[in-house]
Parts: sequence; structure tokens; C-alpha cells
Amino acid sequence: MKKTRRILGLFGNFDEATNAIYDIRASKIAGLSVDDVTLISPIEHPDVEEALGDRPVSVQYFTFCGGLFGLVGSWLWIASAQASFLVQPQGGKPVVTLVSNFVLSYEMMILGGVLSTLIGLLIGARLPSRPHTLYSEKVSLDQIGIILELEDTQIESAKNLFRNHRVLEIREEVMK
Amino acid sequence: MKETELHHDKDIREDLAWSQINSDIMKSLENPRRGFWYTVIGCLVLLAIGITAEVLQYMYGMGRSKNHPHMWNLYIATFIFWIGMSHSGTLLSAILHIVHADWRKPIYRFAEAMTTFSLMTALLFPVIHLGRLWNFYWVIPYVPARGTWPNFRSPLSWDGFAIMTYLTSSALFLYIGMLPDLAIARDNTTGWRKKLYSTLSLGWYGSDRQWRIFRKAYMLMAIFLIPLAVSVHSIVSSDFAMSIMPGWHVTTFPPYFVSGALYSGCAAIVTLFILLRYYFRWEEYMTLAILEKICKLTFAIAMVWTYLNLVEFASVWYGHDIYGKEVLWAKMTGAYAPVFWSMMFFGSVLPFTLAFRKLRRHIPTMMTVSILLNVGMWLERWMIISPTLSQSFYPWSWDVMWPTLTSWGIVLGSFGWFGLLFLTFVKIFPSVSMYEVKEMVYHRRLASEKAQAERRNTGGAQPAFSLSMRKEDGS
Repeated sequence: MKKTRRILGLFGNFDEATNAIYDIRASKIAGLSVDDVTLISPIEHPDVEEALGDRPVSVQYFTFCGGLFGLVGSWLWIASAQASFLVQPQGGKPVVTLVSNFVLSYEMMILGGVLSTLIGLLIGARLPSRPHTLYSEKVSLDQIGIILELEDTQIESAKNLFRNHRVLEIREEVMK
Repeated sequence: MKETELHHDKDIREDLAWSQINSDIMKSLENPRRGFWYTVIGCLVLLAIGITAEVLQYMYGMGRSKNHPHMWNLYIATFIFWIGMSHSGTLLSAILHIVHADWRKPIYRFAEAMTTFSLMTALLFPVIHLGRLWNFYWVIPYVPARGTWPNFRSPLSWDGFAIMTYLTSSALFLYIGMLPDLAIARDNTTGWRKKLYSTLSLGWYGSDRQWRIFRKAYMLMAIFLIPLAVSVHSIVSSDFAMSIMPGWHVTTFPPYFVSGALYSGCAAIVTLFILLRYYFRWEEYMTLAILEKICKLTFAIAMVWTYLNLVEFASVWYGHDIYGKEVLWAKMTGAYAPVFWSMMFFGSVLPFTLAFRKLRRHIPTMMTVSILLNVGMWLERWMIISPTLSQSFYPWSWDVMWPTLTSWGIVLGSFGWFGLLFLTFVKIFPSVSMYEVKEMVYHRRLASEKAQAERRNTGGAQPAFSLSMRKEDGS
């Protein structure tokens, strides 16, 4: 069945939200898995993320590639610039200097790493974008939200599950 | 110890409500104390002096021969001072983040902003240094164009790369760390502020996916920034150490510069901590317990700086470089002796006030001491540059140089420029990290509840570890 509805439950504390997620994991709503759950919270909370299970993050690969590109690319760039100095008298010194170029390449490795980390963050976190349509400003105050993507037949069971965990507010929308 | 004293010793009150944290920080941005506006006016006056002095210098010159090697020494000393000032903010923030020292959370934002704006101030000086302002882009060491042939073997080229990398990375580190707070600000403001925060927050809404990626990306950036910060000031020191000038050609220059930079940055953090705490009424967040920790850190770094000074003096004194030894002797006994001994007093003796708990908790004393420590650090930079140029290998350049009023005007202007940038930032953006203070309060509340539960289980008896920890605190 196609997921057609989305609901947001707002909770007053992490314990209730975590328990609600554990209930979803325990398949208390038929056909709903933890992959259909998005948690929104005012602070990062590794314990709740544990309840959500392993969700891979790939930003470190961006960092590695960016750092490597900065290191190698800058070395080649600087060396090629130095190679065009051949018309200048070098006084017996090497045209392409390994030691001093290492200092510059080191800086560029860091710059490449930092910039690509930023790109990885933006791509991975899907930014910039509009905040989630069900987003509540109460989340930036002190509440924790759980967003579920559901089929029509699962709505009532999901609401009941939320109510069992002292949900403060439930919002609902039809997915486009 | 009394309960009230214990309460004051906490880095932060763990009974602070999250919604209160939001409203305290956001309201204070709208309504700072009058002192804030007086400081803005003071900075504007300084900036006006700086601009006037720059125009005068542009029109009439510096009143000295352009061939005189002393001509730019005030600007070089001030350039190093601002680069140094930039050090502590991002570096300490990154180190404390990696080791999970949560007391950094209420203070790291303004310290990182200090880094970014100090670097932007430092970058003015190579441009002023040029003389021909319209050619400012010539300081950028890009590949051969205009026939300028940048020398990649020169530490000055390294400087260009290192400082631009540090500025870019620090600004991004500051911005990324601020994303969740910009979202909070977006949700709690109206008008132009809401538009600004909505744009800058990029649509952050705090999903678990965003938090996971954010946590890793922020940690990766912190890891990069630590070696970067160390390399930047090492490279600045190479501008001097790689020459053969007496007094500069010293092996210990890179660590000496890094420790001096950390020292002045820490002292500046203390000054700005006290000012922001007063301007925005942030006594709940910028607590005396946190101030004490920064002061202890400053004291430790001051002692490292003192040690490295002594190592430098000893290596020159017992070395066979008679020119270096003469410069050192001239520093201690010659025309610059009052500056040298003031530097030693402010840099090595005054920090001992930080060793006393009562003084560390006395705000007016700490304000005065932190400013004087930075005076000492500025004098240190002056002492690195001037005596060597006064007594280098060319007898024709031997001279004792005191800057002209025009030069001083430009230096004062740089303080106004930095102040204005910093004050504008703290007025517009939350300079206490709201989401991280919430984390800090949350985790401490959990720990406190756990400790209370343990006490109840043990029938009210104090656990042994708790007693020993209090003794270590000296309370």
C-alpha cells in the first residue's frame, strides 16, 4: 500500500518519545517500520537515535576526497606555476621545491577537507530546503516530535500509540 | 560547604527550562544595557581616527624615508598581535569540543566570532603596509600574472595561504555551529530578523538525520582546525625565523608564537566574556565558575609562554651568535628596556593574580588583568620587531624608532574596526549557543537526578567519590 498520510506527534520529554519509537520497532502498528519514522528534536540526542537504529552517515567520505584533492591538486597547481618560472634565474635552487610546497599543500589539504565537509553536510542534511511541512516551532522550544509516514489504515493505530505515550499534540497532513 | 555556595559553583543551573534559555538569549539581543551603545560609540570614534590617519598617511606619507627599515614596524607588530588574538577562539573551541568539555558551550560562539573578526582586522595591515592601497590585490599570491612572480619558497606566500585558509575555515566552523541556533532564532522572532534567520538557517528543522550528519561534520571540522591553527602561527613566526636577522633566527620561534597567540586570545576571551555578561545580562549563562576555568587556562598558558621566553633568552645568551646576543642585551638595557621589562611584568608576573581564587572571581580585577595581559602581549610583538630592526647588520639603519601619531591612529582604528564587527555580530546573532546550553542543562540534570537517586538508595550517605571531588576543588 502507498503511504498517503503523514502525522506528527509532539512529546514533552525524550523518554516518552524514545518509548514510542521502541513500540514502533516492536511492530505494534502493522506494516509500519522504523524507517518510516523521523525524529525532530531541539538538541542532538544519541540515545533516541539509538532507538531509531543505524542510519549511515557519509560525510566523512566527502572530507577524505576533499582533503586528498586539496593536497594533490594544490601541489600540482603550485608546481605547474613554478615550472613556468624557468625563464627566471633560480640561483642553483630547484625549480619545484618539495619542502616549501609541502607547507602550501598542507594548508590546501585542510581547506579542501573543510570545504568538502561543508558540501557533504549540505547534501546529506538536504540543505538548503524548506522546513518540513509538519514542522512545529514548539520543537525549537522544548518539545520532541515524531513524524510518521503512513497508509490510511494505520492512522488510528498510530494516534493511539502516541496517546499511550502521553503525546501533547498530534498534527496530520495528506502527502502530495 | 553551604548549599548556596555550591549552587554558585556550578557551571550552569540545571533547573533552567529550555524555553527560558530561548527567551533569555533572544530577548537580551533586543535589549542590551546602555554600556553596549557607549562601547559602539567608542569604537566608531576609534574607527574615525583610524580612517583619518590612513587618509593623512595616503596624502602626506609617514614623514620618514621610505628606505628606513623601521617604517612599517608598528603595523607588522599589530598584524602579528591580531593574528595572535585570533588563535584562542577557534582553537580552544575545537579542542574543548573534541574532549567533550561541556563548559565551553555558553562561551565558544563569541570566542569563534573573535577569531574571525581578529583575522579580518589583521588582514587590513598587509594592505595598509602596501602603501599603494589601489594595488591591494597584489598581496594575494596567485600564479604568475602581472609579472609579479610570487615566490612560493617565501614564508610570506605561505602566510597568504595559511591565513586565508584559517579565515575561511574559522568562518565556516562558526556558521555551521550556529545553524541550529539560527533555526531557533527564526522560530522566535519577527520582521527583518525572521527573514535574516530564515535565510541563514537554510531550512534546518532538527531531524535525526540532520543531527547525525551535523555531529560528524562539526567534529571533522574541529579536527582539521586544530593543526590548522597551530600551522598558521608557526608560519607567521617563519616570516621572522627563516630570515638571518639577529633576534629572529631562533629555533623556538614557532612554539613561542603559538603560545603567545593562545595567551593573548585567552586573555581576550576573558575580557569579552566579562563585557558580554554585563551588556546582555547573561549572569545565568556566563557564570563565575566558567570564568574561573578560562582564567586557570590562561594562567597555564602564561606559564608556558614564560618558559619559552626563558628558553629563547638562554639559547641566545649561551649561543655563539654575538649579533643575536647584542640585540638581546640592547632589549634588556637599551632604549627599549622599559618596554621589555613591562612586557615581562605584564606577561609573566601579572598572571599570578590568576592563581588566586578570590581574584579570579572578582570581575573588576579580572577585567583589568585581562586587558593588561593583552597590553603585555602587544608589547611582546613590538619587542619582537623593533629591537632587531634597530640593531641589524646595517649600521646605517641603527636607530631607535617610535611610531608617529599617524601610525598610532591607524592602530587605534584597527581596535575600533574589530570592536564594531564584534559588537554588530553579538547584537544580531545569539552569541550564547542555545541548543548546546540546553544539552548541557539536560545532561547535568540527568546526572544530578542519578546522584540523588543513588543517595536515596544509600540512605542519604554521601558517596565517597563526591567527597574527594570537592576536596580537589579546594572548597
